[in-house]
Amino acid sequence: MLFQDVVFWLLTVVAVGSALGVVLIRDLFRAALLLVAVFVAVGGYFVLLNAEFLAVVQVLIYAGAISVLIIFAVMLTRDVQQGNPPNRLQIPAVALAALLLAALVTVAVDTQWSFLPEGERQSVELVQTAAVSDISPETLEQAGAAGESAAQGVGLADLLIGRFVLPFEAVSVLLLAALIGALALVRPRPAPQDARASGAESASESAGAGAAGSEAD
Amino acid sequence: MSFEAFMIVAAVLFCIGLYGSLARRNVLAVLMSIELMFNAVNVTLVAMAKYLAPAGLQDDISAVLTGQVFAVFIITVAAAEIALGLGIVFAMYRTNESVELTDAATMRN
Repeated sequence: MLFQDVVFWLLTVVAVGSALGVVLIRDLFRAALLLVAVFVAVGGYFVLLNAEFLAVVQVLIYAGAISVLIIFAVMLTRDVQQGNPPNRLQIPAVALAALLLAALVTVAVDTQWSFLPEGERQSVELVQTAAVSDISPETLEQAGAAGESAAQGVGLADLLIGRFVLPFEAVSVLLLAALIGALALVRPRPAPQDARASGAESASESAGAGAAGSEAD
Repeated sequence: MSFEAFMIVAAVLFCIGLYGSLARRNVLAVLMSIELMFNAVNVTLVAMAKYLAPAGLQDDISAVLTGQVFAVFIITVAAAEIALGLGIVFAMYRTNESVELTDAATMRN
């Protein structure tokens, strides 16, 4: 437990410090790099919370893909930007964030959470760990018969393809729509009227631009 | 390292993201702050999946994975959001030559 506490507080210092840096630093490129630190720290939280699969996904998608996209955007729009100036809403924004923080902390501390009963802890941990890995027979033996039967055939993939298959498909349609939408947004607009005259030329041009855009995505 | 500690850290991250998305003028900074808020919500969901007892626990032990499934969906939606958001940023940069939110006033009356 002590080791996990130390890891937790280290991650907290990294996450909160980097998050403050993201919103306060004027240089957008450094802010994007600090955002990567926040993502990795959140991945560490996932490891502490028995969600190893999510930790891997977090590092792959957030720290790998999304941060690279953001850094691309920062680089491409850098020449005209003068840092990251705050707007006129500074004081109301601080007040709103502080109020919301107070409310959230009050809720987190005051609510009577229905915690897992102590007896269930181990089998729950087994199920959450079994979501990503095979469990050794010794562990199963330690967990007892209940834990053993509980951990069979239960995993994130089973849930995603089983009970949550409808949202799963909806999310895949959403990703497709986002891809098409992003392509439609970044392709060059055809010139108003005379584009029709030189139709073949502009069509091949926009097709080439579309292919480049899909590579960037 | 209790449940409340995770909740409070997630609340702090969320509020930092909220402040950033309200008080910055650069679109990219706002997008980054929104990503911070997504991450805070994910931490909350996964912490709840570990520490709290879901309603159908007795019938179906896989209910303890629901929070993680939700987090998977949130990560997917965040990826779609950032792709579209950056597309909008580039379109805005092309028309306005600027990525400042205060310059995006074309539709103001």
